[in-house]
Amino acid sequence: MKPAPFTYHDPTTADEAVALLATHEDAKVLAGGQSLMPMLNMRFVVPDHVVDLNRIDGIAGIRDAGDHVEIGAMTRQRDLMRDAVIAAKAPIIPAALHWVGHFQTRNRGTIGGSLCHLDPAAELPCLMALYDAELTVQGPDGARKLPFAEWPLAYMLASIGPDEILTGVSVPHWGGNTGHGFVEFARRHGDFAIVAAAALLTIDGGKITRAAISIGGADVRPIRLTEAETALVGAAPDTEAFKAAAEIARGIEAMSDAYVTSAYRQRLAATLVERALIAAANNLAPNANGSA
Amino acid sequence: MADTRDIELTVNGESHAANVETRTSLGDFLRHGLGLTGTHMGCEHGVCGACTVMVDGEAVRSCLMLAVQANGHEVTTVEGLAEDDGTLNALQAAFWKHHGLQCGFCTPGMLTTLTAFLRDNPDPSERDVREAISGNICRCTGYQGIVDAALDAAKTMQKGS
Ligand SMILES: Cc1cc2nc3c(=O)[nH]c(=O)nc-3n(C[C@@H](O)[C@H](O)[C@H](O)COP(=O)(O)OP(=O)(O)OC[C@H]3O[C@@H](n4cnc5c(N)ncnc54)[C@H](O)[C@@H]3O)c2cc1C
Ligand code: FES
Ligand code: FES
Repeated sequence: MKPAPFTYHDPTTADEAVALLATHEDAKVLAGGQSLMPMLNMRFVVPDHVVDLNRIDGIAGIRDAGDHVEIGAMTRQRDLMRDAVIAAKAPIIPAALHWVGHFQTRNRGTIGGSLCHLDPAAELPCLMALYDAELTVQGPDGARKLPFAEWPLAYMLASIGPDEILTGVSVPHWGGNTGHGFVEFARRHGDFAIVAAAALLTIDGGKITRAAISIGGADVRPIRLTEAETALVGAAPDTEAFKAAAEIARGIEAMSDAYVTSAYRQRLAATLVERALIAAANNLAPNANGSA
Repeated sequence: MADTRDIELTVNGESHAANVETRTSLGDFLRHGLGLTGTHMGCEHGVCGACTVMVDGEAVRSCLMLAVQANGHEVTTVEGLAEDDGTLNALQAAFWKHHGLQCGFCTPGMLTTLTAFLRDNPDPSERDVREAISGNICRCTGYQGIVDAALDAAKTMQKGS
């Protein structure tokens, strides 16, 4: 239960980190270590080089950019839960982080690490799908940006090269009378979700004007429920509309594993989507004029 | 040849300098490098919480951090919790009073976790306490004594301050 020997590097700039990755075969990036260190300890991963991002200043922190919030990849999950900008502009992030591991793991775990690790049931990828956040990746040829929709390629495989690092994500701010809901079902608190559901609703004049729904844990990557989103726009935020969305959720493709069948995940998805929508309709901004 | 680094860190108020192999976890360094065996290694993959210490005041799993990453930082282990005269602090005394431990393997992690938690949440509900220790596994007590101890310690600490 000890990592195999490796050579340790602790660059202080993103450029330096990328240069190290480009010049060293078999190098692994270390962020919060809350997923990588277990794999190193168990020797599931045996890299020759570890490139630690923890001493790089420029890729941590939260910046209010008006219609969106910029979050550095090395921002700790704990800091996202305590930040005033996030609380005001994307309050679903702290709500969901509450479910991510335990406060001790959130003290070190980063948003970037979670997005790169890309566990199918992880909460942060589910939220980035919900917002279709824009990711910034830096490589030897400079930076590139991509929408979250293009990020997951396959099971726990993100669209990032061995000589690239994720430097940040940009999360759009939903203005107006917007409410959010995040619910999940896990066997114990702090475990990865069996299924999680996230919803954003904007309501104006008693009607839904904008909706987003994402489901985590059901498939190898987070699912956006676009059909239900389209159906909700123009509808009143009532039980009937939410039940219809839940029925669409029941029809998603879902995985089965040693613990849980795909049918069970589909049922959970339906229940949780309905609950997430109800929660979203119930926590609109105080000046909401819609009926919830 | 082993990859090593010179590090300097403060542990329980005392500064230490050491040469560590870079793959060494902070927990192993505390135990084997400094002889501070109060920190217990259980699962070594982040699940049990036994190895919890405080780094710059925040509770973290010392099996998921490299010793080299603690360079320049301040670490508090269970050995650093007692009062200056060596008597049990309020939390430790409450564990004693409420039978918050049996074999004691989980105790260092429980105490460091709850020290950080109670500092940030001086008046927690029972549910808050249970959530705070949800990442710490105890095979002996059934948790009830630990929860009672934490709630009692919170009261004592509030009276004291
Ligand atoms: C007990 C326990 C419970 C947990 N429960 C949950 C849970 O319920 N939900 C959940 O979502 N997570 C959970 N986690 C995992 C979560 O805590 C991790 O923080 C997260 O998965 C990885 O983030 P990290 O910063 O720790 O990254 P690391 O572990 O350091 O890295 C993870 C992977 O991403 C790569 N990587 C990291 N950052 C970058 C970057 N900037 N650019 C390129 N590659 C990068 C690394 O090379 C590695 O492959 C749990 C962990 C533990 C120990
Ligand atoms: S030994 Fe670190 S969490 Fe179990
Ligand atoms: S007292 Fe034995 S594991 Fe908790």
